[in-house]
Amino acid sequence: MDTVKVSVFRRDPAVEKEGKFVDYEVPREDGMVVLDAMKYIERHLDPSMSLRWNCSAGKCGSCSAEINHKPSLMCKTRVDSLKGDKIKVAPMAAFPLIKDLVTDVSENWALLKKIPKFTPKEGLEKPWRISQVDIERSKEFKKCIECFLCQDVCHVIRDHSTDYFGPRHVVKAASLDMHPLDTLNRSEFMNKDAGLGYCNITKCCSEVCPEEIHITDNAIIPEKERAVNISYDPIAMFLRSRKQRRAKA
Amino acid sequence: MSEQPIELDEIMNAQFIKHETDVLIIGAGGAGMRAAISAFDSGSSVTLLSKSLLGKAHTVMAEGGIAAALANVDSKDSWETHFADTMEEGVYISNYRMAELLAKEAPDRVRELEEYGALFDRTPEGTIMQRAFGAHTYRRLCHVGDRTGLEIIKTLEDQILHRDIKFFDEMYVTKLLKDGNRVAGAVGLKLNTGEFYLFRSKAVIIATGGCGRIYKVTSNSWESTGDGLGLAYEAGAELMDMEMIQFHPTGMVYPPGVKGLLVTEGVRGEGGILLNSKGERFMQQYSPKKMELDARDIVARANYAEIIAGRGTPHGGVYLDITHKGSDFIKKKLPSMYKQFLDFAGVDITKEKMEVAPTVHYQMGGIKVDPETTATNVPGLFASGEVASGLHGANRLGGNSLADILVFGKRSGDGASSFSKTVSLGNFAESDVMKEIERVKSLTNSNGTNPYDLGASLEENMSDNVGIIRNEEALKKALKAILGLKEDSKKAAVPGGLKYNKGLLQALELPSMLTASEAIVRGALERKESRGAHARSDFPKKNPDMRKNIIYKKGEDGMKLEWRDVPKIPDELKKIIPQEVY
Repeated sequence: MDTVKVSVFRRDPAVEKEGKFVDYEVPREDGMVVLDAMKYIERHLDPSMSLRWNCSAGKCGSCSAEINHKPSLMCKTRVDSLKGDKIKVAPMAAFPLIKDLVTDVSENWALLKKIPKFTPKEGLEKPWRISQVDIERSKEFKKCIECFLCQDVCHVIRDHSTDYFGPRHVVKAASLDMHPLDTLNRSEFMNKDAGLGYCNITKCCSEVCPEEIHITDNAIIPEKERAVNISYDPIAMFLRSRKQRRAKA
Repeated sequence: MSEQPIELDEIMNAQFIKHETDVLIIGAGGAGMRAAISAFDSGSSVTLLSKSLLGKAHTVMAEGGIAAALANVDSKDSWETHFADTMEEGVYISNYRMAELLAKEAPDRVRELEEYGALFDRTPEGTIMQRAFGAHTYRRLCHVGDRTGLEIIKTLEDQILHRDIKFFDEMYVTKLLKDGNRVAGAVGLKLNTGEFYLFRSKAVIIATGGCGRIYKVTSNSWESTGDGLGLAYEAGAELMDMEMIQFHPTGMVYPPGVKGLLVTEGVRGEGGILLNSKGERFMQQYSPKKMELDARDIVARANYAEIIAGRGTPHGGVYLDITHKGSDFIKKKLPSMYKQFLDFAGVDITKEKMEVAPTVHYQMGGIKVDPETTATNVPGLFASGEVASGLHGANRLGGNSLADILVFGKRSGDGASSFSKTVSLGNFAESDVMKEIERVKSLTNSNGTNPYDLGASLEENMSDNVGIIRNEEALKKALKAILGLKEDSKKAAVPGGLKYNKGLLQALELPSMLTASEAIVRGALERKESRGAHARSDFPKKNPDMRKNIIYKKGEDGMKLEWRDVPKIPDELKKIIPQEVY
């Protein structure tokens, strides 16, 4: 029988100091993805292996892992797309380990709580009228399925202890800032409180995004620039002060 | 209760963590989250429990849109037409009041979602865009491309996070607790820590979604194992219309890992056509007027009939073709479908035909609820969303489920919140709590039957014997197998501990999966006619004497079934809907 060899990281941090990779062999199927192999292990070889998955269709963002060292969704990684004779599956390294392949991603919800919420203009005539052109920019960011692969690959989060919220959260802020009826500007918050300055635009996050959101180009850089424009841009400052003077006059 | 109630505040017990709340919501999909918002905004403290991570619930899979008679595209649309479409599609066994409330309130719920930050596709005038969908008289579905569910879930998640709502994700509720007749709490296992929780609440809302996972080929995600049906049934709640299972006409057939995965009705709504292997547009024979956009049961049975007749595709489906619409249009209107086929099947749908076949999609039946408040027959217990019944009758219109979770999710939160203001926290016998904890713990040992094997047997049994066309012989076979599996499931056990043990979770899910399956099969045997999604080859006609609902209830010695009259429709509503034809 044609099989696939999978090497899976196993560790329960409550009882084991160090983890180990355990090898499994599962039957190869036409068009199979890594999650299919993992489900086979879960069902037939070791039901106690901890594995998080839900929709199996790339829509929910639950089955994030590092496959052959690359942050990926297990459900969207075709086995026949991987090189080598063994597939290595490890948990996301940027998050605390719960057990085996499952990590604690709950800090993301704590961070999302801090981002100022959608605040529409007051007194708008109802129902709201918005043109299709105006929703396109925000729409790209709304594709985010919160798989947190961008957080996992971000070297600022992985290697340094900073107060940087991470790419997912810049995408969130950008999606709200670019909502045509939103009144806030979150870029100052993102730069001052959410540590956006630490990002040195290496674009790793954009590369791993399963929704192909241009995180760096369309979310991070504009959020960085908008803060610069507001706080430090000399031309903008000049225009603002002139406007204020005029208003006084 | 088995013994004298004990004030739980006095119990110092390290076996479980206590949590108190006014309203406890089990399930954090669209219905649960919408209920949490309204219960909180009505002044109650709210605790929201989710089996998966927050924002991953099955709602995220919804694609096509929300049905709401905004009349933005077709100005003739009205709540009356939406009401009539819903009643007709439900083949006259829906609860008229639920259909009326849905049709009247869906537009407000959609606009409210927009005010929460959701961004729908727009018309040239800047209003919310609406698309055509099967068996809707007018273009009615408000949508965000083909990922409407994701937009709903993320928008509601945002609202939850910015309110003082307590949420526990990866929490599996194993049992509801009662104080006398009233449901007043629950026992839960926190999957990611292995800790037990005792929840005390004044009201409980079940919003756990459907049970599609009892079938092998399904569009449903991992979570949809009918948990809430089992919990409610064991607590004495009535279930209704359980025999009504919707097969979606178009699920993926290849590759095997995604067999059953949904291909949105939006593809047909945007102009996609169905073809058999001979290249014939076969819907011309089955439904010359409505063609591909007829009701889901009709299109699903047509697809099935073509495949059975040997006019199927290499992977055992039929073709769905939208290539004539052009690459730009497809990528704009159906971006997820484009990606889904490219990523999983290596098929470019702008150039090639898709292969599709019917897949289990939705349970019309579920917990019987009061239309106004979503209260069940058990005091303190409420239910909304797919787990509840009444609205969809014998068949559901596409887009009505997303309207359902918003309209009745809100009503659930309001209803439970009002109820919670009339009662105080209940008390339980400590022994009942401990007994449940011991039961769960006893499932972790190395000497039992693998629960996944039992689950797989059930899935195969349901797919083989309780499929799109049913008959007495196969149904009896199915029932026998289910009763056997019920016995076997008592021996289910898995090695490992309590923390993130998915095998243990499958063992815990089995009883609810079996309750749902048993009800479906018993009801399907009982309903000796063909109505809506329920088709019997041995009783192919609709029977006027069976324009009734079947109620399922736990009795002393097993499941009891009872025929009950459909609520009488008031004359002013009756004249809106077309006369039923036999």
